[in-house]
Amino acid sequence: MKDLRNFCIIAHIDHGKSTLADRLLEFTNTVSSREMQAQLLDDMDLERERGITIKSHAIQMTYLYQGNKYTLNLIDTPGHVDFSYEVSRSIAACEGALLLVDAAQGIEAQTISNMYLALGNDLTIIPVLNKVDLPSAMIEEVSDQIVDLLGCKREDIIHASGKTGLGIENILNAVIERIAPPKGDIAAPLQALIFDSVFNSYRGIEVYFKVLNGTIRKNDKVKFMATNINYQADEIGILKLKQEEVQQLSAGNVGYLISGIKNAKEVKVGDTITHSERPCAAAIQGFEDVKPMVFAGLYPVDTSEFEEMRASLEKLQLNDASLVWEPETSAALGFGFRCGFLGMLHMEIVQERLEREFNMTVITTVPSVQFHAFLTNGTKVIVNAPSEMPEPNALSHTEEPFIKAQIITKAEYIGGIISLCMDKRGLIKNQSYLTTDRVELVFDLPLSEVVFDFFDKLKSISRGYASLDYELIGFRETDMVKLDIMLNGEKVDALSAIVHRDKAYPWGKKLCEKLKELLPQQQFEIAIQAAIGAKIVARENVRALRKDVTAKCYGGDISRKRKLLEKQKKGKKRMRQVGSVEVPQEAFMAVLKLDS
Amino acid sequence: MLYLHIPFCKKACHYCDFHFSTSLQQQKPMVEALCTEIALQKDYLDTKILHSIYFGGGTPSLLTGDELQQIFDTIRQYFTIADDAEITLEANPDDLQLAKLQTLKAIGINRLSIGVQTFNDHYLQTMNRTHTAAEAIACVENTKLIGFNNFSIDLMYGFPAANHLNWQADIAQVLAFRPTHISTYCLTIEPKTALYHQVKTKQFVPASDNFAAEQYEILIEQLTTQDYQHYEISNFALPTFYARHNSNYWKKGKYLGIGASAHSYNGTTRQANIANNNLYIKAIRQGQIPAEIEVLTPAEHINEYILVNLRTTWGCNREWLATNYNYKFSEKLLAAYAQQGLMVYDSQTVYLTSKGRLLADKICSDFFVVL
Repeated sequence: MKDLRNFCIIAHIDHGKSTLADRLLEFTNTVSSREMQAQLLDDMDLERERGITIKSHAIQMTYLYQGNKYTLNLIDTPGHVDFSYEVSRSIAACEGALLLVDAAQGIEAQTISNMYLALGNDLTIIPVLNKVDLPSAMIEEVSDQIVDLLGCKREDIIHASGKTGLGIENILNAVIERIAPPKGDIAAPLQALIFDSVFNSYRGIEVYFKVLNGTIRKNDKVKFMATNINYQADEIGILKLKQEEVQQLSAGNVGYLISGIKNAKEVKVGDTITHSERPCAAAIQGFEDVKPMVFAGLYPVDTSEFEEMRASLEKLQLNDASLVWEPETSAALGFGFRCGFLGMLHMEIVQERLEREFNMTVITTVPSVQFHAFLTNGTKVIVNAPSEMPEPNALSHTEEPFIKAQIITKAEYIGGIISLCMDKRGLIKNQSYLTTDRVELVFDLPLSEVVFDFFDKLKSISRGYASLDYELIGFRETDMVKLDIMLNGEKVDALSAIVHRDKAYPWGKKLCEKLKELLPQQQFEIAIQAAIGAKIVARENVRALRKDVTAKCYGGDISRKRKLLEKQKKGKKRMRQVGSVEVPQEAFMAVLKLDS
Repeated sequence: MLYLHIPFCKKACHYCDFHFSTSLQQQKPMVEALCTEIALQKDYLDTKILHSIYFGGGTPSLLTGDELQQIFDTIRQYFTIADDAEITLEANPDDLQLAKLQTLKAIGINRLSIGVQTFNDHYLQTMNRTHTAAEAIACVENTKLIGFNNFSIDLMYGFPAANHLNWQADIAQVLAFRPTHISTYCLTIEPKTALYHQVKTKQFVPASDNFAAEQYEILIEQLTTQDYQHYEISNFALPTFYARHNSNYWKKGKYLGIGASAHSYNGTTRQANIANNNLYIKAIRQGQIPAEIEVLTPAEHINEYILVNLRTTWGCNREWLATNYNYKFSEKLLAAYAQQGLMVYDSQTVYLTSKGRLLADKICSDFFVVL
């Protein structure tokens, strides 16, 4: 066990984690340059394109240091705030972490929160200043930030460049010298932490785990403690570039388990694996069931593709256990699914995977968070969708989830960020200078305001420099109302939203204006109205189509015109009928882009 | 039915997207090619008797008497022109001097379609027309003087204006001549025209749809009270003077189109000659018809039938569609449109109302079969 090191890399998006990981794998000859593909650990196309790691992975390297052969397990972590729970589990599987900071950008909010997570798990932190080769690198300044934050010595900071390979050897040496080998009792009852799982269509779910105590052997009978389901360990192994089957894995080791599990729901990250007979006394602490934060309806554009969409979601769920859904119907959109996501990025990823991997085109309805509605008779109603909101006259009050948001920014953007947070109904809790020009702002913010375009706006106000991390801090009393949209008096359920009363009027006005742009003229006038209950708060009209007729229709005109009209009609097949009004699919997406 | 396309114009009207060339040197070789194609295509129609000949363009009135005679001689060589045949020539007012009119009459043209467009010099200039309002008036008077009893006047509306006075004046002037036939076209901004460019660069601001629709309504009202029958969306005629040639297009009749960009229909397939004068002449000289053939699917046949027939006074024959293509109109849609006053129908036929004609494209595409 003394020749073993388990470590992860803590970094903000774009700080070069995946590239640095690639260099480590190359340097230790884990991959030949022939197998080298940029950002090796990100093997989903989507991950590579977006330059972010969605699912975490693990890989084993061997490294010769002062005549000893060491086994290093690098556990990769996702870098986006939507996936912070997964980060916390991968951190729990390590004894040390590389704190990777971009020398040109400095420390970001998420780096700090993940670093505290690592310190909380007693991990040894090795600070690495990355991208020191960039002309814009601010080595002195960022080093100061790191020293301030960690209380380490300047000499402890390793200068590196994932691009040129600078500092890679120093990092590997530091991993061996500074990070403690894993502790644990090989003879104790089995206690292993599940830190990730992936779906393999041939072999079922592959469970990634770290053994904290005891030993797991091939064909052992094991139990997952949170779900209380028993399996046989059909295959266990270690994770090199390819999986390598082994007969046993003891305390301190990281590996994979295959036992014919078909459904990702049975495998919960953070769960404990133990033996069915001679189980360990207690599960590893810190397990949480991942709860969706954002809810939205997903509908197939082509109504006949409902069953196909169900099958696609089922397949997606096999390797994305955090995706939850149930069927729902909408008068405007037909049959679809109410889905729960970890956050907006997760929602976008699911939508994109449906389109790319399953060739489904989907309409997404207004994303919403979970609200609590209290009726005048005292009953509490959980509201995940506008349709579940009680009628105004039966409603006593509402509660909405709040988050604590930690924003780190350059000092010059403070004004803009504070007014953005105020506009989003935020309460400022703290403001502190990390260095002379880097400020940490702490806000209490309603989650419902953050799920929309908050992150995009934060980025644009700060020219991309501000970073955000948040955690849920509970429900608070609020004044939410359901805002309905009506077309010629008919409610369009798919356009309803739950908004704060103070924002209902501007929201309704903007949405009506946007719809006016998007709805094609029809042979009658269309009234677009926004209403709270029976009260109309905004209205726009689409004038009636007065004239739509070809002037000349002789000889060759006939074919030309027919083809043109047939083409238009094909496009119209994608429209939805609300009462007598035809609504194009973009109109349902309009809510997501009210400011553009 | 025989159509001949004469693809030459003195200059380009700003709105026109038809096939034409302003390079007139090719007129002679083109006439040669037309005659050759007539010979090559003599068996296209299943009859040798022609009930209609139509010279369209372009500007067929640019043809000299000799050139027209040459074409007629060729036609007579391969076909028999029926005694009561309708023989139409499209003409621009500036080409119709007395002498020219006499020649046309002598050669056998018995119907003129005169491209007046408007009697307003400002609009004529804006649209880059070759003639003036005075020329238009003189030419119509001469047409009547020579004894062309059957002639049609083309009018255009949808020019931007503060009110409808100009339009009402144009209608009154046309009615004063009492032509047998009036075709009226709304100014349409077609892609790849000078006008399209002017609209894009904001040099020309077209009239609103509502304004043009009002003009259409005025037109229908004025003409129908003067005994003109509104037998197709853009066409009005005194009783018994419906354009036979054009009506044939709308009744799915067969026709042979000669010339660059001309279209033909033999009952099953449509074909279109190449819309390029040089390439057309070159191919014809080599004894080839440079045409693209289009075979319509049943759905396309249905759509075409609806598109064309809903525009006419005859409407769509429900039984014919049911028997031939097993097509049934959606009762729900019919009822909705009838309720909006846009359609009328019974068990036999489906028609557009005058109000419905303004929305013909939308309505007919709603009944299309799209797979």
